[in-house]
Amino acid sequence: MTWEAVIGLEIHAHLKTRTKMFCRCPVGFGAGENTQTCPVCLAYPGALPVANRAAVEWTILLGLALDCEIAEHAVFSRKNYFYFDNPKGYQISQYDLPLCINGNVRLPTAEGDRVIRIIRAHLEEDAAKTVHVGGRTGRIRGADYSLVDFNRGGTPLVEIVTAPDIRSAEEAKRVLQLLRQTIVELGISDAEMEKGTLRADANVSIRPEGSDELRTRTEIKNMNSFNFIARGIEAEIERQIGVWESGAEVRQETYDFDAATGTLSPHRAKEEADDYRYFPEPDLVPVEPPAELVERLRAQLPELPAARIRRIEAELDLDRATVLVTGGLDRLWEETFSAGADKVAAANVIANAVVGARVNPEDVSAVELARLIEARDRIPPAAFVEAFLNLGAPGFSADPYLAQEAVSDTAELEPIVDAILEANPGQVEAFRNGKEGLLGFFVGQVMKETEGKANPRVVSELVRSKLASS
Amino acid sequence: MIDTLRLTAEEAKGLLERGELSAAELRRAYLDAIAERDGELHCFLRTTGEAEGDGVPIALKDVISTKGVETTAGSRILSGYVPVFDATVAARVKAAGFSLLGKTNTDEFAMGSSTENSAWGPSRNPWDPSRVPGGSGGGSAAAVTAGLAPWALGSDTGGSIKQPSALCGNVGLRPTYGSVSRYGIIAFASSLDQVGPVAKTVRDVALLYKVIAGRDPCDSTTAELPETVQLPEGDSLAGVRIGVPTELNEAEGIEPGVKEAVMRAIGLAEELGAEVEECSLPRSVRYGLPCYYLIAPAEASANLARYDGVRYGPRAEGSSYQEMVDRTRDEGFGDEPKRRIMLGTYALSAGYYDAFYGQAQKVRTRIIREHREALERFDVLACPTSPTVAFPIGERAADPLAMYVSDLLTIPSCLAGLPGLSIPCGLSDGLPVGLQLIGPQFGENLLFRVGHALEQAIGFDTVPERWR
Repeated sequence: MTWEAVIGLEIHAHLKTRTKMFCRCPVGFGAGENTQTCPVCLAYPGALPVANRAAVEWTILLGLALDCEIAEHAVFSRKNYFYFDNPKGYQISQYDLPLCINGNVRLPTAEGDRVIRIIRAHLEEDAAKTVHVGGRTGRIRGADYSLVDFNRGGTPLVEIVTAPDIRSAEEAKRVLQLLRQTIVELGISDAEMEKGTLRADANVSIRPEGSDELRTRTEIKNMNSFNFIARGIEAEIERQIGVWESGAEVRQETYDFDAATGTLSPHRAKEEADDYRYFPEPDLVPVEPPAELVERLRAQLPELPAARIRRIEAELDLDRATVLVTGGLDRLWEETFSAGADKVAAANVIANAVVGARVNPEDVSAVELARLIEARDRIPPAAFVEAFLNLGAPGFSADPYLAQEAVSDTAELEPIVDAILEANPGQVEAFRNGKEGLLGFFVGQVMKETEGKANPRVVSELVRSKLASS
Repeated sequence: MIDTLRLTAEEAKGLLERGELSAAELRRAYLDAIAERDGELHCFLRTTGEAEGDGVPIALKDVISTKGVETTAGSRILSGYVPVFDATVAARVKAAGFSLLGKTNTDEFAMGSSTENSAWGPSRNPWDPSRVPGGSGGGSAAAVTAGLAPWALGSDTGGSIKQPSALCGNVGLRPTYGSVSRYGIIAFASSLDQVGPVAKTVRDVALLYKVIAGRDPCDSTTAELPETVQLPEGDSLAGVRIGVPTELNEAEGIEPGVKEAVMRAIGLAEELGAEVEECSLPRSVRYGLPCYYLIAPAEASANLARYDGVRYGPRAEGSSYQEMVDRTRDEGFGDEPKRRIMLGTYALSAGYYDAFYGQAQKVRTRIIREHREALERFDVLACPTSPTVAFPIGERAADPLAMYVSDLLTIPSCLAGLPGLSIPCGLSDGLPVGLQLIGPQFGENLLFRVGHALEQAIGFDTVPERWR
């Protein structure tokens, strides 16, 4: 039987507001433990929450970017549970009346846009950070003691829930990348998975391809990179196929994905079903965004990533366009292209060399980058690589690198090529027997010998002609 | 010699302003009165020997956070808890120059109608120390009547200001929901809690209300007052339409002496020019109490979840986090908070929410509408504050339902978010009877006007007979 995956994502992003969701403590990382706290976020008796206006507006902005309907009457609710990361004994979240509902993400694909429905986007507060000390697992069971840092407690979080419209692990990854880029470009969150400012959980089930049934789903947590999300979901799909094909049934469970081993392990099992006893938060008034506010925010929306992918696709191709846009590289590409660089070459160089050199694209001078790209066949590869290491420096100029010429003189290169071929008879034999991929090996050896100063195109022609002629 | 039993806050203010008395002398008089009479009455959980402020002194109910002064809400689970911030109302009275005399007794977390649920023992009624002063704000009400404070602040969820004022024979205002900040008030039921003044006269109550009322950026549920607070004058009630809701005046359990005193007061209102007519609030009385006992415990079950021994208050030992929290809560909470946490948790639970909490919210909407309709026809509604006069200590302590019925007549307008003023209107069996006046939203000025005119006409002597 052919199986089809049914995947939904639940995404949390920290909003980078100046202050917390319900108090005036600063939001930030790196401050000493429990220094960014006050009676409200420590839940002292009598302290009351006051909703952060910027967080509400940013959530509406995100909702608009996701094509959502913005509620005329949204309500904060109390989600009750006991844990020491939750000082009030309840989290203020949204339940039946969220700020944003019924939206869409349009994922550009070769077969047109894949529309993934957004069920809701709502606003809530984050829990405090806990560290369990002692014990082997880093979890509370077996720990000697637990430490709580309330600095993170009360940070505004937006939660986005997609419908189970995603059909593969790869697609889940792409949806998440597109969503992340949208969030980042709205300027509302840094949305960095490795720092935990973007977190995603996936709900996964499978069904026979072509059927429209919904089978028991499982939830996967703890996937803190785009690749882990793809791998975690892939592993879970495989596991579920195994379960169903063995004649057993998938049970509703939550799994943690261990990236080191690529395996799933059951999340802390709960003895009883969750009952969060949601009810409207009486300390806050309903949020009723005026139409003028919604329209003002709508007018602030920039051109969104999905639209830019389609626009840039017309100039390049879908894959390159997607890589540039979701990598936040397309503006640099456009400027570099406008500054005279070849568009495909510029796309390749930006997606590989600029990213590889870990330079912030916003720090790069497109004009200087265009000059480097234009000269890339002429200057020594070593100079090209070095140039990228310095590309983000203020006042960067391509001049010193362009002044270097790659060695293209065959008379100078021929003895080196000969020496390399002579030293590697085995590889020469293999090449002649059809292993043409070894060409790169020979070119690489010559480049190494010349400390990167040889023109690789000339070297490659030289190697080819020598191996063909004798 | 200052007679704190008779001195009103307004008179005290006048003495200070005219330089006839220093703030220290005034304060000393109250501290002396406390030393003399509070041993018997137990109104204060603690007094503040030293306090800033050159104005009229004040007592605050122990649910009001006071920076640097222990605040327990009458609960063992907060013993030793010293707030690092002032409640907005505490900050406002301090800013007005009022010096803090101390913190007054309350039923634990303001849950009760007699102060018998205080972890620190009950307060006693100044008219008859074998009887309760009412609750939860019995400490504040008894302190005012006994001349231990010229005025005080209480908090009212379902009657905790009005009922003790009625039982102690003074004036108490539960303001419109949203007119006084709840920031720093140890929460019982957030959608119902309101802070308000207790004093000997309606004018004193109005003066104190003026100081504490108005929008607070720290409490999203507050609003700016639509009109400034006016000190009532005059004795005419010409043109005032008073509605007398049948159900609130004929309810089962209203003592004949209470009914008689209230009817006499309503008759006086008519003599002062008011138009008096019967009206009806059928659902409010029938469903008010059950509705309240679903909504208030539901909110309380969440509000009390923060007391876990982790960040403040006493902590019991335990071999795990869970065990520590369980023991802390078991030892820290008395029976009534435990009862309400259980009731509220149940009312919010999956599968029961619609039948209990959800249904109660619908009923509350009906009660709000019913009151609004009545107040379209009338300026104020009048009825007894409490069905009975002060009852003996211990009489209802073992029977929660009998205790809950103490608030039968105060609860409906609390659910509707409306202001209510209780003024003394006479004695029954030698104990004070309270007349409850219910006004429209932000109708405090109207309540003050009617209350003041009636107060003059009734001429009630607030000093207990045994001290005259």
